[in-house]
Amino acid sequence: MAGQTLFDKIWESHVVRAEPDGTTLLYIDRQLVHEVTSPQAFEGLKLSGRRPRRPGATLAVPDHNVPTTDRTLGITDPLSAVQVRTLEGNCRDFGITLFGMNDIRQGVVHVIGPEQGFTLPGTTIVCGDSHTSTHGAFGALAFGIGTSEVEHVLATQCLVQKRPKTMEVRVDGALSKLCSAKDVILAIIGKIGTAGGTGYVIEYTGSAIRALSMEGRMTLCNMSIEAGARAGMVAPDEKTVAYIKGRPLAPKAELFEQAVQVWQYLKTDANATYDMTVTMRAEDIAPQVSWGTSPGMVTGIDQRVPDPRTITDENQRQATERALEYMGLIPNMPMTDIKIDTVFIGSCTNSRIEDLRLAANLAKGKSVATGVRAMVVPGSGLVKQQAEQEGLDRLFKEAGFEWREAGCSMCLAMNADVLQPGERCASTSNRNFEGRQGAGGRTHLVSPAMAVAAAVEGHFVDIRHWS
Amino acid sequence: MQAFTQISGLVAPLDRVNVDTDQIIPKQFLKTIKRTGLREGLFYDWRKQKDGSQDPAFFLNQPRFQGATILLTRDNFGCGSSREHAPWALLDQGFRCVIASSFADIFYNNCFQNGMLPVVLKADEVLAMMKDVLATPGYHLTVDLGNQTVTTPDNTHCRFEIDPFRKDCLYRGLDAIGLTLQHEAAIAAYETRRKAEAPWLFTDLRHNLGRA
Repeated sequence: MAGQTLFDKIWESHVVRAEPDGTTLLYIDRQLVHEVTSPQAFEGLKLSGRRPRRPGATLAVPDHNVPTTDRTLGITDPLSAVQVRTLEGNCRDFGITLFGMNDIRQGVVHVIGPEQGFTLPGTTIVCGDSHTSTHGAFGALAFGIGTSEVEHVLATQCLVQKRPKTMEVRVDGALSKLCSAKDVILAIIGKIGTAGGTGYVIEYTGSAIRALSMEGRMTLCNMSIEAGARAGMVAPDEKTVAYIKGRPLAPKAELFEQAVQVWQYLKTDANATYDMTVTMRAEDIAPQVSWGTSPGMVTGIDQRVPDPRTITDENQRQATERALEYMGLIPNMPMTDIKIDTVFIGSCTNSRIEDLRLAANLAKGKSVATGVRAMVVPGSGLVKQQAEQEGLDRLFKEAGFEWREAGCSMCLAMNADVLQPGERCASTSNRNFEGRQGAGGRTHLVSPAMAVAAAVEGHFVDIRHWS
Repeated sequence: MQAFTQISGLVAPLDRVNVDTDQIIPKQFLKTIKRTGLREGLFYDWRKQKDGSQDPAFFLNQPRFQGATILLTRDNFGCGSSREHAPWALLDQGFRCVIASSFADIFYNNCFQNGMLPVVLKADEVLAMMKDVLATPGYHLTVDLGNQTVTTPDNTHCRFEIDPFRKDCLYRGLDAIGLTLQHEAAIAAYETRRKAEAPWLFTDLRHNLGRA
């Protein structure tokens, strides 16, 4: 019998019914909800007189609009305030658990799910947010959906799906000094392109992936959507089990033991095949910096800004020209010559405790360059608390970084944390689209280590050789 | 949901690849709690010049494309954020159909939830149409969901593929949630079976989370 991939196993255990043409009613174990993509879903329920099927399978948190400054002052922007209040009201009306803005457990939705033990291997998880792929780090099938589907899952606990194809991205070998999961995923996107994963679920395999911490795996899976794949996953192992054990929503005692027994089978069988396989060597991955306005426009720090004149494909050449114009970059300039104004360390990609530990220790005893504004936004209230217990906030503040409250912040600049036109930012977030961090703002995607080095030097440096 | 059978309409060209949903509707317009009125935010940054005035070169600002119901664009349209505000904004502007050489998955799916048809044509077909739209004022296309064709003014029929289930729902304007609820018994049976296999998935989260 042909073996099954990790994806096959999770998919098949969630089929409620399947039509002969493959259209499948897929059971969704859990849903995360935030304030931006849910108001119209709850409104839909109210208008149709429907109730959530399992309110106890849903967890809500405001994250996109919340201020990262003093929360006791409330939200200044009246529209943001209405959106957050609407979420609070909807959760009250429908009996859904909410971590409010002033709850220590509040944070970026994709940080708090794993942190609370909400995210478990073998589950299906959705959220009205494309970075739901993050939760695949635990061997879950997790993907972003639109607001109509948020309503669909609330009402039915199911979604109508067509089975996606499977792609293995295999990375073997050892990463260079201070190269991280962020560099791996940026290099993968650079290789397969922003539409390379369209129609696929990616499973990340290989010794370099197994060596990653849970935080690293979350960073990796988080940006699967930037490669076009709705979901990315890593098979659970002892690191996964150790991470989950004892978290508030994790199964307890005998149930936990029972779950662990089942989770050990959540891996791709030796004789299973994928629809496509991509391989990379970890040693070949330099610290990555994006130079353009799409996450696929990325290169190693030891490279130069591309020259459109050397690109033969007309579409690609035009896109490169347009991106360089927007980014204000000169063809062939060394990546290390790019000077920055702002540094943002945060987002669902890189705001977990491990990211902050590494960044704080690199910042220790150094100073943010004159004229550079650098901010650190922890992924959740609990990450912030832990960082403060470890003294990381002090290291950041002594080096001249702003230390803020948890939220999405400048990753998408829906709150007050916005780039000004022409400002250039080294950002640990996930999207460098035009205007993403503020109209006219210029984003370079990097790892936390690269962001700290850029903050200190005022330009990008090769972290492998930075003292 | 509004049904989609056939439309014949003015075509507006967006000759770019990888148009992301942040461009279709920037974040400042996502603070709404409604589905309507999003036209104002559609391609907001691209509509403007550096000095803040409207850019006369951008297609949405050109009189000849006013009233367009079909948007013609290139590869990987709608990539990035899952925001359903993107199809809502396009609908609010009057677009019922987007034709592209490829779409990002979430955007493609979101269109169907809103009575909007995303059509995938071959790259050379899109390029030829793009050339014709730019050269021909008043360029119209006819999009026929039943026959799965796009017909050009010179009567060329371009066939497109579409999942039969999605086609049926859109063609008849069916309520997707209502359809799923018809399978309530199957859902309940699944839950009973699954609860025996994996009881930890059925713990009510509310029981495990006290107040902070």
